[in-house]
Amino acid sequence: MAKLKVNGETVEFDGDASTPLLWVLREQLGLTGTKYGCGKGRCGACTVHIDGKAVRACTVPVGSLDASQELVTIEGLSPDGSHPVQQAWAELDVPQCGYCQPGFIMAAAALLERNPAPDDADIDANLPNICRCGTYNRVRRGVHRAVQLKKKEVS
Amino acid sequence: MATESLKLTRREFLIGTAAAGAGFSLGLYLPVAGAAGAAEQPPEVNAWVVIQPDDTVIIRIARSEMGQGTLTGLAQLVAEELECDWSKVTTEYPTPGQSLARDRIWGSFSTGGSQGIRGSHDYVRRGGAVAREMLIEAAAEAWGVPKAECSAKASVITHGPSGRTTTYGKVAAAAAGLFPPDHVKLKDPKDWQLIGKPVKRLDTLDKLTGKQVFGADLTLPGMLNASIRACPTFGGRLKSFDDSQVRGMPGVRAVLRVDDNAVAVVADTWWQANTALDKLPVTWDRGPNARLDSAAIEGMLAEGLTAEEAFVGNRAGDAKAALGDAAKTVEAVYAYPYQNHATMEPMNATARWTPERCEVWCPTQNGEAALQAAAEAAGLPAEKCEVYKLHLGGGFGRRGAFHDFVQQAVAIAKQLPGTPVKLLWTREEDMQHGHYHPVTQCRLTGGLDEQGELTGLHVRISGQSILAAVNPAWMTNGMDTFTFQGMLPDGDHALSYTVPNLLVEHAMRNPPVPPGFWRGVNINQNAVYLECFMDELAYAAGKDPLAFRRKLMVKHTKGLAVLEAVADKAGWGEPLPEGRGRGLAVCKAFASHVAACAEVSVDDKGRLKIHRIVAATDPGYAVNPQQIEAQVEGSFVYGLSALLYGECTIRDGAVEQSNFDDYPSMLIDEMPEVETLIMPTGGFWGGIGEPTIAVAAPAVLNAIHAATGKRVRRFPLKHVALRD
Repeated sequence: MAKLKVNGETVEFDGDASTPLLWVLREQLGLTGTKYGCGKGRCGACTVHIDGKAVRACTVPVGSLDASQELVTIEGLSPDGSHPVQQAWAELDVPQCGYCQPGFIMAAAALLERNPAPDDADIDANLPNICRCGTYNRVRRGVHRAVQLKKKEVS
Repeated sequence: MATESLKLTRREFLIGTAAAGAGFSLGLYLPVAGAAGAAEQPPEVNAWVVIQPDDTVIIRIARSEMGQGTLTGLAQLVAEELECDWSKVTTEYPTPGQSLARDRIWGSFSTGGSQGIRGSHDYVRRGGAVAREMLIEAAAEAWGVPKAECSAKASVITHGPSGRTTTYGKVAAAAAGLFPPDHVKLKDPKDWQLIGKPVKRLDTLDKLTGKQVFGADLTLPGMLNASIRACPTFGGRLKSFDDSQVRGMPGVRAVLRVDDNAVAVVADTWWQANTALDKLPVTWDRGPNARLDSAAIEGMLAEGLTAEEAFVGNRAGDAKAALGDAAKTVEAVYAYPYQNHATMEPMNATARWTPERCEVWCPTQNGEAALQAAAEAAGLPAEKCEVYKLHLGGGFGRRGAFHDFVQQAVAIAKQLPGTPVKLLWTREEDMQHGHYHPVTQCRLTGGLDEQGELTGLHVRISGQSILAAVNPAWMTNGMDTFTFQGMLPDGDHALSYTVPNLLVEHAMRNPPVPPGFWRGVNINQNAVYLECFMDELAYAAGKDPLAFRRKLMVKHTKGLAVLEAVADKAGWGEPLPEGRGRGLAVCKAFASHVAACAEVSVDDKGRLKIHRIVAATDPGYAVNPQQIEAQVEGSFVYGLSALLYGECTIRDGAVEQSNFDDYPSMLIDEMPEVETLIMPTGGFWGGIGEPTIAVAAPAVLNAIHAATGKRVRRFPLKHVALRD
């Protein structure tokens, strides 16, 4: 039986330890904001935070995790959609179909934790997620806008 | 007339007016759930507009939202005429089953061909206007004043002489009981307040928190999950499988044959189903295409480039004579590969079947087509079926004309009566069972006179017809006119040039790989062929590519205007550093005029960088400029991903690619700045979601040539060394 800490709550999973975290989140915990896109860590639609780092949940066997690690999904990023990245995304109407956006938002939020003022090269290096609708330019502007909103929050 | 009508029941009267063809049955009021159910529902003023007592306005949207913003754009069109408070607008999808029961009151559900807005602007605006008139009339009746003395704005109705006011929410129930007016006058575009405003999308917030439920996210009580594998070879069949190996695996409930070519595992969770499916021994009958490969398809198409017989899509003067008389001729052969839609959300559908009823929940670009597919697979009349549309994690044409995933889900659910089953394809299944962007090759021959003017042009396309495979009824005497998109004599996809002697032909060659409508359809490759060849001709004539095009576009003023605009904004003709180049492209597609100018560099190692794109579009009317901008930017991602990486190859009758590692997509680090010029000239309604795809690839290819002197005529670019 695996114990996990997801969005601040401890949960148990008694299925196969090789089950990817993605499917435990989606099918056991009902956290369907984390998306399946490729199953091979190629697209980033399943990006979540493990101890603050952006991780592609489809590549992480649930058995490799324990309750000492803080797992955060899009549902737990903020209580009410008010994380600076979410606010910036709303301001700029970033999503199109929206399927890949939780992954982008989680990757962007993790980047801002590590690097409070990323430049375009940092964004390029840290958001290698696939968006087929083509929101990349708004994603880029969204990250820059989130930096400003975060500064305001702090001050 | 009024007295006579009142003798009829309300229902008979309104059905009568609908059947008489009074447009889109404006004001038809038929409670779907029957009188008892209707009493609990907020009043439906008409089919498009429901208003709740708290003034919330629910606008019904028949077309599907898949990212293109049509939900918001269509709501703007209704709300413009309704004169409602935009901040209180929400939307809902009517179901295809309701539409069927109400004589197709919402018109087409089909969401493709960039038709969402341009195909329904008239009747949805009328829907809003009729509802407004009924609401005003209800207020006037309540006050006992002439309707003409009342007006509405922002959901408030005012009686001018007395200054009395009321709100839509207060009179909606009374309005719902009124007869709709026979005639309404739509606003003059110059009076639009909401159409043309860059309002925010109505569907953004849930996409930021994980709340948005896509098809793949649906959960129903008692639901099981299925993963499926169809014979990888096109035209192959399922021979047998040995379920003894997987029946005892955790969660597995059933291993089922699906139609004649697929097998599915049904389990408590999808992960369990897919894990078991991976271990299931399956034997395929690979069928007649087991030896088919890309080389054979290429050979088949190459033969068509010189074949005697071909369909003629556009002809002027005598192209062959003009080429014979030309001072100089230029010839080039281009080829365009198969490509997968690769929507981020793989194909999926959830179905529940009983002998009496079949219900399907799915992301679809065409709810009515999904309903038909469900009914067919269920073996039930459509009236006993229903489809509930969910948001799409991308469509791009894959989820419109084809509902194979719906049919499979129903075929599975039919074997487990009463149990809802969600079928979700793996990415690999999605990659290998697409309806691919068709393959074509193209030979172009142009003739120039002594002055370097184009005197004749012969375009021979050879390759696959989408309509022959998908909808032969739309063909004209065996000819697929869609094949000529961007090169036709007139219409939504007319050629943007006047060429004195012109012959455009199509030798239809249909390999047994299923083709489909793919965002942009045939303008993707046709604009590459034509726009790159125009550049080739300009260079052969020793002329500037803009000046060369300008001469041929004298009669194509709207196309020329967008082309001049991008050239001007991009600094066309101004000097660039060594290794950099600019390229142009222009096209008319889906009734819009679009152009782009790309600026690229290629370094010593042949690495391409796209620095800047300027894109212009004249869609006639611009409903939501900020969403047009989003669609234009997105068109470059989709179009340039196709140019850089998009290729499905065939081996042993199957697609060789399987996931995003061998079918990559452009990422953010390759994305250029895109400056979008929106230039609506009015008087027509053009599409937005697709036209710009046409100019993305050729603008970049022409810029690569300007930077390197290299012409690329085979794609994708990942195979091409841009420096020797």
